[in-house]
Amino acid sequence: MEHVVHDRGGWPDDTPIDRAEHELAEWELLMDALVGTLGARGVMNVDELRRGIEEMPPVSYEAASYYERWLFSVEHVLTEKGVLAPGEIDARVSA
Amino acid sequence: MSHDHDHDPITHTHEPEAATRVRALAAILVEKGVLGEDEIRARIDWLVSRTPADGARLVARAWVDDAFKERLLEDARAAALEVGLDPGPSPVVVALENTPATHHMVVCTLCSCYPRSLLGPPPDWYKSLAYRSRAVSAPRAVLTEFGLTLAGDVEIRVVDSTADVRYLVIPQRPPGTDGLAEDALAALVTRDSMIGVAQPLAPA
Amino acid sequence: MTFGIGDRVRVSGRRHAGHHRTPGYLKDRRGTVVRVHATFPNPETRAYGASGLPEQRLYLVDFAASEVWDTDGIDGRVLADIFEHWLEDSA
Repeated sequence: MEHVVHDRGGWPDDTPIDRAEHELAEWELLMDALVGTLGARGVMNVDELRRGIEEMPPVSYEAASYYERWLFSVEHVLTEKGVLAPGEIDARVSA
Repeated sequence: MSHDHDHDPITHTHEPEAATRVRALAAILVEKGVLGEDEIRARIDWLVSRTPADGARLVARAWVDDAFKERLLEDARAAALEVGLDPGPSPVVVALENTPATHHMVVCTLCSCYPRSLLGPPPDWYKSLAYRSRAVSAPRAVLTEFGLTLAGDVEIRVVDSTADVRYLVIPQRPPGTDGLAEDALAALVTRDSMIGVAQPLAPA
Repeated sequence: MTFGIGDRVRVSGRRHAGHHRTPGYLKDRRGTVVRVHATFPNPETRAYGASGLPEQRLYLVDFAASEVWDTDGIDGRVLADIFEHWLEDSA
């Protein structure tokens, strides 16, 4: 069986399932909404979102939270498409 | 660090770095005219309006109306529209009926596909690596973790939503509910029973 | 080829370097078509900015858990949506 990091069915994993739930933080809702709106606008589709997530380095994939993966993917794909300039978010965050 | 920085509200929250990046991303996309603030806000409003109560209405209707149940099983999206629900952008939702002999359980091993328009956002555990790996390979053990033990002769059917279709479980109607009105029945239908990791609540 | 309910099929065991929605644990496994879905844009190309056309038909395929896993005494079924171009006749 290929072990691509996102392809988890049957992956050996004895970790007990953590059933604690958390209400989505504002930034997580915003991230979700950005993806939905980018999709509705035809800028980036859900297949590109998934593909972008799958292109994360495996260690990063496993360490990231759910919406952190979405963020990685959107930055990655939008930069690839030229919607974002390379380093544009970094520059804005450190401004 | 200067005294002023201690009063900066952003640095005093426990947000991850990602939070700042997401806000920066949103700001940049709006500035560039890629997205509008109003449509982002409308999308947030839609997301927070989705709750399992919608899915529960479909289940309760199916419990009291056999013809509706057949329509629900045939085309859940059309059935949702029929009762005035907004089935959302997902093109196809399929309802799966639990019986005394079969119990369905839904997972997305590849990511986190989930019928959000009918159930709201998925719980963290549904998106967890542990659930995604073991739901398909050890479903009985996973159900035990959730406190559900099924008889050995009940067939467990794990459904991996690998593509564009979203799945909703119609749990079995609990015993002792014959006299209940639809609203009261809907109140027994939990989110977890529509994912397939729990049974509905027993009547009071 | 197209399939109908009740058809025995095998999921291709081929490797696919890019995005695809056929999980590794089902590759090379045999099952039965239990539902014929609509066609959908092909995610394998749509994920890279292409249109995803022509659309591909999706099927809900039912596998015996014992066919999928080596676990002793495992019971039950595993079902998954598989695209037509990943299925072969296994009658």
